[in-house]
Amino acid sequence: MPRFLMYEIDAKAVAANTPPSPALMAEMGKLIEETTKAGILLATGGLGPNSTHVRSSGAKVSVTDGPFTETKELTGGFALVEVKSKEEAIEWAKRFRKIAGDGESVVQEVFGG
Amino acid sequence: MTATDPHRAIDAVWRIEAPRLIAGLTRIVRDVALAEDLAQDALVAAIEQWPESGVPDNPGAWLMATAKHRAIDRLRRDERLERKQEQLGRELELQQEMAMSDVNAPTGDDVGDDLLRLMFISCHPVLAPEARVALTLRLLASLTTEEIARAYLLPVATIAQRIVRAKRTLTEARVPFEVPSGPELDARLSSVLQVIYLVFNEGYAATAGDDLMRVGLCEDALRLGRILAGLAPNEPEVHGLVALMEIQASRSRARIGPSGEIVLLLDQDRGRWDPLHISRGLAALERAEKLGGALGPYALQAAIAACHARARDAADTDWARIAALYDALAELGPSPVVELNRAVAVGMAFGPAAGLELVDALASEPSLKTYHHLPSARGDLLEKLGRYVEARAEFERAAALTQNARERDLLRERAAACARAIS
Repeated sequence: MPRFLMYEIDAKAVAANTPPSPALMAEMGKLIEETTKAGILLATGGLGPNSTHVRSSGAKVSVTDGPFTETKELTGGFALVEVKSKEEAIEWAKRFRKIAGDGESVVQEVFGG
Repeated sequence: MTATDPHRAIDAVWRIEAPRLIAGLTRIVRDVALAEDLAQDALVAAIEQWPESGVPDNPGAWLMATAKHRAIDRLRRDERLERKQEQLGRELELQQEMAMSDVNAPTGDDVGDDLLRLMFISCHPVLAPEARVALTLRLLASLTTEEIARAYLLPVATIAQRIVRAKRTLTEARVPFEVPSGPELDARLSSVLQVIYLVFNEGYAATAGDDLMRVGLCEDALRLGRILAGLAPNEPEVHGLVALMEIQASRSRARIGPSGEIVLLLDQDRGRWDPLHISRGLAALERAEKLGGALGPYALQAAIAACHARARDAADTDWARIAALYDALAELGPSPVVELNRAVAVGMAFGPAAGLELVDALASEPSLKTYHHLPSARGDLLEKLGRYVEARAEFERAAALTQNARERDLLRERAAACARAIS
């Protein structure tokens, strides 16, 4: 069964460093429980605001510490799901977006899983 | 503009919602065949309307409301209900049910209970094992009849008939839509677990040339197992089965060689084992053990699989523990195959002579007469003891018994190596 990684980009809440409201946390908890009970959720988690970028160019590898202020560089949470089809992954992503407020999620197939 | 074909999007919603829909409808109409028909009616309505109107905000509730309306329509037309009053009574009940669910969407737990009941009836012992499997894949894994037929390499008509008959049997036997309790629970739960594991093994037996549908049975089984673990979280054997399937699934990439041949466990490249499956499996095993289920048959098999999963390479394997686990497994129900596996583990842990003693005790076992693993295991132990003449004969016997060409080559090579050692 294919695996898909879903993650939030342009995470404005992460950018503003505002913790999610208790209501959102509760909704999110319900969705996580639902996906667990549906047998599709393999792993999930929120991502911290301080990222470090490790870049390679030719033989050089450089490390740049955050914080990065461009919101498009900020990723919120992620979920790794195992579902029958891309459409099913998208359907779950839609359910996530309905409770997550404004923002954008990316759904990509994971190969080699 | 949407990136996906609306029909495929509907199909995806259907896969998510159908089991809960059918489960909820079965509770209301008390007949799984009728419930599935109503759910199908709702699907047809969705296929007609959603491409125009878009997928509703709460597609599950939409499908349920539509199916309930169809239920009332059918009830009104139903000629079998001769007494008008009885019909009226059922109609009122349904309407009440609908009003309730409009005001108060059913909570997760109620839906869960219905799903669990549906699992129990589709794995009911009144059905033949192959009927349980087909019905469960259809109702709970949302596979189509065509998909099940492809996965099982059978004609569509065979599967269709199996499912129709199974539903009829459940109706005729008036199987109650409930979670069994008391002493019945254990037996019924083990039937559910058995169905899920049968599905898993069918997928695991698939080879490289097989249809993807067939290979996918492993994941269908895993998903069913995980769903069951969510519905019955206090049942240790459910977690034991999930653990066993997760750990076995972790090896799926490593167990097929470059030319499609099966690679035996001890020869597998452990770097290709899936660590995510392993950690999920070990976590499930821990839950089973914490719930006091360490000695259940699935938990024991999972614990054996876990010994291999934890070993960084084959030489690191804790064979003494594996032998002890096979001991415990044999105590639950003596089986010559378990005994042979125990003998192999004992041979690895305590030396070939100890293993050979146990294998020799199985020599006259009638059920192992054509089982090539017996002479092959015996040959291995004899070879380690330097008894090459006997070892060679055993490898040749095993080669003659196996159906697998690749394995036959391997056994012949080992026989030839013994021959060289003699001269």
